[in-house]
Amino acid sequence: MKRIFIPFLVILIIAALAVVSAPAQTKKEAFKYEDPVGVVKIKKGDPIHIACWMVVAGPDASLGIDTKRGVEIAIDDKGGKILGYPIKLSVQDTGCNAEGGQTAATKLAADPTIVAAVGSNCSSEAKPGAPILWKAGIATVSPSNTAPYLTDPKRGAEYDGYLRTAHNDKVQGAVAAEFAIKKLKINKAATIHDGSVYAEQLQAVFAETFKKLGGTITSQEAVAPTDTDMRPVLTKISTGKPEFIYYPIFIAAGGHITRQVKEVKGLEKVSLMGADGIFSTDFYKAASETAVGMYHSSPDFSAFAAGYKDFLEKHQKKYGEKPLAPFHAHGYDAAMMIFAAIEKVGKKGPDGTLYIGRKKLRDTLYATKNFKGLTGNLTCDKYGDCADPRIAVYKTTEENVKKLVMPDEPFWKPAAPEAKPPAKKTPAKK
Amino acid sequence: MEILMLHRLKEKITPTDVLMWLIGGVILALIIWGSTATLTAGRYTSHHWFDFIIFGLAQGSIYALIAMGYTIVYGTMRMINFAHSEVFMSGPYTAYFAAAFFYSSGFLDRQPIISLVVIFLVSMAVSTLIAVLLERIAYRPLRGAPRLVPLITAIGASFFLQYTFRGLYGSGFQAYPVVKILEGEWMIGAFRILKFQGVVIVAAALLMGALYSFVQRSRIGKATRAVSEDKEASSLMGIDIDRMIVTTFVIGGMAAGAAGVLYALMFKQVHFFMGFIPGIKAFTAAVLGGIGNIPGAMLGGIFLGLVESIGPSLFLDGLGIVAPYQLKDAIAFIMLVLILIFRPTGIMGERLAVKKA
Repeated sequence: MKRIFIPFLVILIIAALAVVSAPAQTKKEAFKYEDPVGVVKIKKGDPIHIACWMVVAGPDASLGIDTKRGVEIAIDDKGGKILGYPIKLSVQDTGCNAEGGQTAATKLAADPTIVAAVGSNCSSEAKPGAPILWKAGIATVSPSNTAPYLTDPKRGAEYDGYLRTAHNDKVQGAVAAEFAIKKLKINKAATIHDGSVYAEQLQAVFAETFKKLGGTITSQEAVAPTDTDMRPVLTKISTGKPEFIYYPIFIAAGGHITRQVKEVKGLEKVSLMGADGIFSTDFYKAASETAVGMYHSSPDFSAFAAGYKDFLEKHQKKYGEKPLAPFHAHGYDAAMMIFAAIEKVGKKGPDGTLYIGRKKLRDTLYATKNFKGLTGNLTCDKYGDCADPRIAVYKTTEENVKKLVMPDEPFWKPAAPEAKPPAKKTPAKK
Repeated sequence: MEILMLHRLKEKITPTDVLMWLIGGVILALIIWGSTATLTAGRYTSHHWFDFIIFGLAQGSIYALIAMGYTIVYGTMRMINFAHSEVFMSGPYTAYFAAAFFYSSGFLDRQPIISLVVIFLVSMAVSTLIAVLLERIAYRPLRGAPRLVPLITAIGASFFLQYTFRGLYGSGFQAYPVVKILEGEWMIGAFRILKFQGVVIVAAALLMGALYSFVQRSRIGKATRAVSEDKEASSLMGIDIDRMIVTTFVIGGMAAGAAGVLYALMFKQVHFFMGFIPGIKAFTAAVLGGIGNIPGAMLGGIFLGLVESIGPSLFLDGLGIVAPYQLKDAIAFIMLVLILIFRPTGIMGERLAVKKA
């Protein structure tokens, strides 16, 4: 008798639960708001949750802290509210590698209150992270991913929720190569990457353009981002006798290379160039005087809109220092883009609940046209590239390293391309 | 008669052995092929090879010093002290503040040798303190427990220390100041060696020599070795077991603290996670040289450093592999596998306690 009693009890309890919950399911909402991917319902008084997944700890923390501050200033500028609902910002650390990106994205994907995300910083994080987020319906706008792969037409439908306000490295690599050949007039260059998507693709673009313009690439080497002793790699590079080394990597490894280059025989007079990943005051801390005289390719701050000066003042007032890395304005623009899209898409129900359709939000973000951001006029193309990319080359002086301040004025700018009216879309569709 | 011997041989060799030898043979063949190809291509001059060797020796000496800590503790307690990488990190990270103070007050430039000695002492003191605290709080209560328990405790202690230091000193990194007398180079005949590399190699060698002779010659050292051989018999002979075990941790801590400062002087960046990778490499070096064996640990460390430095250029360049330095860790660990296939007890053989702790 006892044997059948327990299963019977279990079945009874399950049936009871089903009966109790059924009425709740049949209660229909008089106000209908549907979305193929999902709807975020925000009750009156609850905050609109925006998540940041950025590198805020470890040797590359300056990248994430910088973009996070851009987002925070955007929230301040909005008065902390969209459509009358307060904005809540939460931050997940991503560590600038694929595992960290995957972990952070998984954590965010499990939170149904998140409306949209800003991030990530490093392209290697976005590779696994963006699909995880979009599977949960969270669209993400990146302020500093630059790897061409993420907005490539062949990227796959799992990246449909991904956009970025940062430039595409196809531009940055080409500018760096032009600079080397046209301004520095060198013919032999070597590159070092660190196995990450960003570095590998950026140096590939550089090498391709460099060869196209008539230069020779003596070697393309790689290190691990956690490597500390770069001298063997640099010795290997020295056998090719390059005049220029392009190492578009991150702060820890970049710092080691910069420090150790001059110690290697044959590389004493070599010109060094890094990219936006090491255009940061933390890099100056890592490399100290050895960074003097090196070049960086980075977003052209002098080409930013007029509002940028006000942004810098607000930044100084709120944080007491100048920005730490190059992507703060892109973070601001990313946040503002999201806010504008939420304002367009969000619908208030009769009981004061705000409904935001996830697919509608994503489509509105993709439809951004001529959005006046700090970094320029943002227009998103079919694959999520929204930036108006202008890259310049900066040179580091002694002052910069001593005062831990990034150079203000570009050292060299590429010849301006023919101005194309930003809104015009080619009528012939592929 | 011969058939009997063959038969006996057949019983001793299992298919696993044959497979391992096959793998070892393939790896060895690749290594020889790659090396000959590189050397005949003549891309690197003797100066380059000398440079590679010096880099390898400098890096390897640091691994050797850290490996001493792992091997001594394992020899006595049959336990891998995973938290040793944090013992290694705590020294230089704390000494950074002394170094920064000296630098900003100009003392570093005026009296570089005194300031360096002070930095070393601070680092060694902090590392030793952390090691002793570890032993007292985390390991001593678990003396009689089954082997897995102290292992997990060590891992837990490792995380605890990492994040405590992260909380104390922040999650970013700090950069050691430049010490002017260590800049520049020396010439040995036609070959040049950078000053600080020479200092690192010589300092590490002196330290290892000092610690080794301490363990071999002094009374306390002898007592430590006795405890390592047979705990119960040693206590019957009147040796205080607890004190000897603490001594092993002290020796390991001092070596790690010194290695930490050398590492910081070579690479300048210190942060809370810096101990992890050198720790793993040093443990590998200790196993490579024969766990429990102090000269083995030193040899293993230097060998590992040399392989990491010379390996990619020597082996992989000849095989035509692009960007070989990305694979330097892979090479180092493949060498470990290779050596353990042909000599499972490590290069110099294990020397473990006869009875478990």
